[in-house]
Amino acid sequence: MIQLSRWKVILVVASAILGCLLAFPNLLSSAQREALPGWLPKNALNLGLDLQGGSYLLLEVDVPAMREKRVTNLIEDVRVTLNGEGIATNGFQREAGGVIVTLANPGQQTAAFEALRQLAGAAGPSGQVERTATRVGGDRIRFAYTDTALAGMGATAVDQSIEVVRRRIDSLGTREPSITRQGADRIVVQAPGESDPRKLEEVIGQTAQLTFQMVDTENSVTDAMAGRVPPDAELLMDEQGTPYLVKKRVLVSGENLTRASVDADQSGRPAIGFRFDGAGARRFGEATSANIGKPFAIILDGKVISAPRINSAITNGSGIIEGQFSIQEAATMVNLLNGGALPAPLNVEERRTVTAELGADAVTAGALSTAVGFAIIVVFMILAYGFLFGGVSVIGLVLNGVLIVAAMSLTQATLTLPGIAGLILTFAVAVDANVLIYERMRDEARSGRSVIASMDAGFSKAWGTILDANVTTLVAAAIMFVFGAGPVRGFAWTLSIGVFTSVFSSVLVAQVLLAYWLKTAKPKKLPIAE
Amino acid sequence: MRGWPFIKLLPQKTNFHFVKYARFAAVLSVVLCVASIVACFVPGLNMGIDFRGGASMEVSKPAGQAIELDRVREAVNSLNLGDVQVQGIARRDTNVDDGSTAILRFQVPEGRDQTQVVNQVETAISQTVGEVQYSGVSVVGSKVSGELFTSGLLALGVAIGLMFLYIWFRFEPQFGFGAVIGLLHDVVLTFGLIVLFRLEFSLNMVAAILTVIGYSMNDTVVVFDRLRENLRKYKTMPLREVIDLSLNETLSRTIITGVTAVMVLAALAIFGGEALFGFSIALMFGIIIGTYSSIYVGAPIILLWGVKRGALADDAKPIKLGMASRP
Repeated sequence: MIQLSRWKVILVVASAILGCLLAFPNLLSSAQREALPGWLPKNALNLGLDLQGGSYLLLEVDVPAMREKRVTNLIEDVRVTLNGEGIATNGFQREAGGVIVTLANPGQQTAAFEALRQLAGAAGPSGQVERTATRVGGDRIRFAYTDTALAGMGATAVDQSIEVVRRRIDSLGTREPSITRQGADRIVVQAPGESDPRKLEEVIGQTAQLTFQMVDTENSVTDAMAGRVPPDAELLMDEQGTPYLVKKRVLVSGENLTRASVDADQSGRPAIGFRFDGAGARRFGEATSANIGKPFAIILDGKVISAPRINSAITNGSGIIEGQFSIQEAATMVNLLNGGALPAPLNVEERRTVTAELGADAVTAGALSTAVGFAIIVVFMILAYGFLFGGVSVIGLVLNGVLIVAAMSLTQATLTLPGIAGLILTFAVAVDANVLIYERMRDEARSGRSVIASMDAGFSKAWGTILDANVTTLVAAAIMFVFGAGPVRGFAWTLSIGVFTSVFSSVLVAQVLLAYWLKTAKPKKLPIAE
Repeated sequence: MRGWPFIKLLPQKTNFHFVKYARFAAVLSVVLCVASIVACFVPGLNMGIDFRGGASMEVSKPAGQAIELDRVREAVNSLNLGDVQVQGIARRDTNVDDGSTAILRFQVPEGRDQTQVVNQVETAISQTVGEVQYSGVSVVGSKVSGELFTSGLLALGVAIGLMFLYIWFRFEPQFGFGAVIGLLHDVVLTFGLIVLFRLEFSLNMVAAILTVIGYSMNDTVVVFDRLRENLRKYKTMPLREVIDLSLNETLSRTIITGVTAVMVLAALAIFGGEALFGFSIALMFGIIIGTYSSIYVGAPIILLWGVKRGALADDAKPIKLGMASRP
C-alpha cells in the first residue's frame, strides 16, 4: 500500500545503516581493519582463490591401496608367527581382507590355530580386536581382518590424512589454509596466496612412510631380478637405481617415530637423526641384537635410503640415517617424518592454481565491468522513467549493492569471478522489479485511475509477479549450490543473496520514497504516464 | 516529464498480432532446436577440462614479446600427450591481445602422473621458447571430470523439473508444460550457440545455462501472470486474443528489462576479460532466446492445448491442486 507507514521507514533506514556499517570494512586496508574498535564489524569480502590467487587441490585417499598393504603386513605376521612355532606351511592364498593358510601337516592345525588366535587377540591401534582366525576344513586356517575393522580403516585413514596434511602445510608456513573433507574419501585443500603450488603438492603428495626392514642375505639379488623373488621378500631400488632384496616384514615403522631432526654423520655430511617411542625402541633393540653383522634397509615410500650393517644392538631407540642428501633434502624429509606418515597414498584428482597477479587482474576486470554495468543501468532507468521514478530505482539499486556487500562480508561467503558476474546480473534483474511496478502504474493510470490509486495498484498487482519471478531465480541458484563446485557455488550464493536484497530494496525502498513524494508533492498526474 | 526521449520512444500501447506469426516461429524454433541437438554431437561441444579431464595452463611472455604458438605446440607435441590445443589470448593485465599470452590445453594420458606431466610440459616449453611465466594452471583427473559432467547435466535436469513443478502449482498444467517446453527450447538453443561460437563448455557454462533457465522462467512467469489475470478479466474474449493482449501489455517491460540485462552482459563480455567472456556471451544470447521463447514458445503452446476458462474464472486462488489431473 502506498502509505508512509512507520515500520517500513524504520526498516529501510535501519537496514541502510546496518548495511553501511557491515560493508564499511571493505573500504579499509587490512591494517586499518585490525585497528578498528572491537565492537565494529571487521570482516571484509572473502575473495575466492580465483580472485586473490592460490591453490586448490582435490585429493583422494587411496583406501584400497592401504587395505592391500595392511593385508600384506598381515600375511607376513602370519608367516613369521607360524615359522616361530615351527609349523610348516604349504601355501598362502590371499583374499580380500585376509589370507587362507594351507598347512603342510594337518595334524598341526590345532597348534597353528592357537598361535594365530593369540596373534589375533592382540588389540590393534583402535583398541579393539581387528583380526580373527577361523579353521577352514581339516588343514587350512583363515586369518583376516574383521568386517568392522575393514570398514573402519577407510574412515580413520581419511581423518588421519587430514591431520597429516594440515601439519605438513603448517610446516610450510602457508597463510590460512583450509582443509576440509569432501564426500567419503576426498580432501579439499585450499591455500590462498601460496606462491609455489608445486611445493605444496610435493609436500602433500608424499606418503612419508618410513620403515626399517631386514635385507634378505640368503637369496641373491640377481635371482630376484630374473623374476625369482622369494615370497617373503621384495625388490626395492634406491635413488641411484641400485636394487636391494628386502624382507617384507616391517621391523619398526614411522608410526613409532617420536622425533626426527637434521643431523650430521661423522664426516659432517647431512644426515637425519631419529628417536623411537618405547615400543619402537624395544622392537628395534630386539631386531638389532638378533641380527648383529647383518644389513637392514631404511625405506621411505618404497625407496631404499640406505642399508647399513648392524654393528651392535641399538637399545636406546635413537640413531641417524645416512644417505646421499643435501641439507635441503634432509630438512624436507625431517619435516615430512615429523608430520607423520599418510596412512594411505593420496592421489591428486584436481588441481587449480591461480597466481596472485592473475587474481588481481581478475578483480580489476570484475570491478570495471561492475562499474560499467551499473552506469548503464542508471542511465537506462533515468532515460526510461525520468529523474524521479528512475532516480528512486537507482537509490534502491545503490542500497541493494551495499546490502549485498554487507551480507557477503557478514557471512564470509566466498566471492568468485563468476560471483561478480552474478552480482552484475543481479543488478539488472533487480531493476526488473521496478520496471514491473512502474509499467503496472502506467497501465492503471492509462485506464483512468487517480495517481494514488494507480500507484497503489502498481505495487500490489506487481507483487505476485515479482515474487514468482524471484522464486524461480532462487530455485536455479539453490540447484547450482547443491550440484555445483567451487566458483559455481560462489556464483549461486551471490545470486541468492541478491534475490533477497533486490526484492527488499527495489520494492520497499521505492514504496517508502514514492509515498514520501506523494505526501509532499501531492501530484495531479503520474509523471511516468504520458 | 513531457518530452523525455525514451518514454516517447517506447510504444505506449502496442497491438502486435504475435499469435499470427506463431506458426512461422514454431517452424523456426523446431529447425533451430534440431540443428542445435545435431550440433552437440557433430561437430560436438568444445568440452573444457572440467568435463573432459586434462590440464590447462596460461603461458605468457612479458608484454609486447610474441610467444610463438607453433613452437609451443611442437614442444608439447614432442611429449606424446595426444590432443594438444594452443590458443593465443588477451593479456590478463591489459586485456589486450598482443600475442604474448597463450592458453594451452592437453590431456594427461592414462597411467601417467599429472604433476610429472605438467612439469615436463613446462620444461619443454621453457627450453623451446625461453623464459615464460605460468599463471593459471588447472589439472582435472578423469574421475573427477566424469563426476562433474554428470552432476552438471543432473543440475540442468533437476532445474527444469523443479521449474515445471513450481509453475504447475502456481498456475495450471498447461502453463507448466508451456513453461517447460520453453525452457527446454532455451537450453537446447543455448547449447547450439555454445557449439556455434566454439565456446568452451565448462562448469561456468553450466552456471550460465542455469541462470538462463532462471531468467527465462522469470520472463515466462511475467507473461503468464498477465495472461491468467486477463483470462479472468475478459471471460468471453477468444484465447488467441487474450494471449496477444497479454503479450502486448507486458511488451514494454520485456523490452526494458531484456535490453538492460543484455547491455550489462555486453559490458561484462567486453571488460570482464578472457575468463568471463564465454560465460557472458552465453548468458547474453541465452537471455535473448529466453525472451523470444516467452513470447513465441510458452504462450502459443497454451493456445495449442487450450485452457479451461470456466475453471480459471471461478477460481480466484492461483493454487488449486484438483485441476492438476485434468489435461
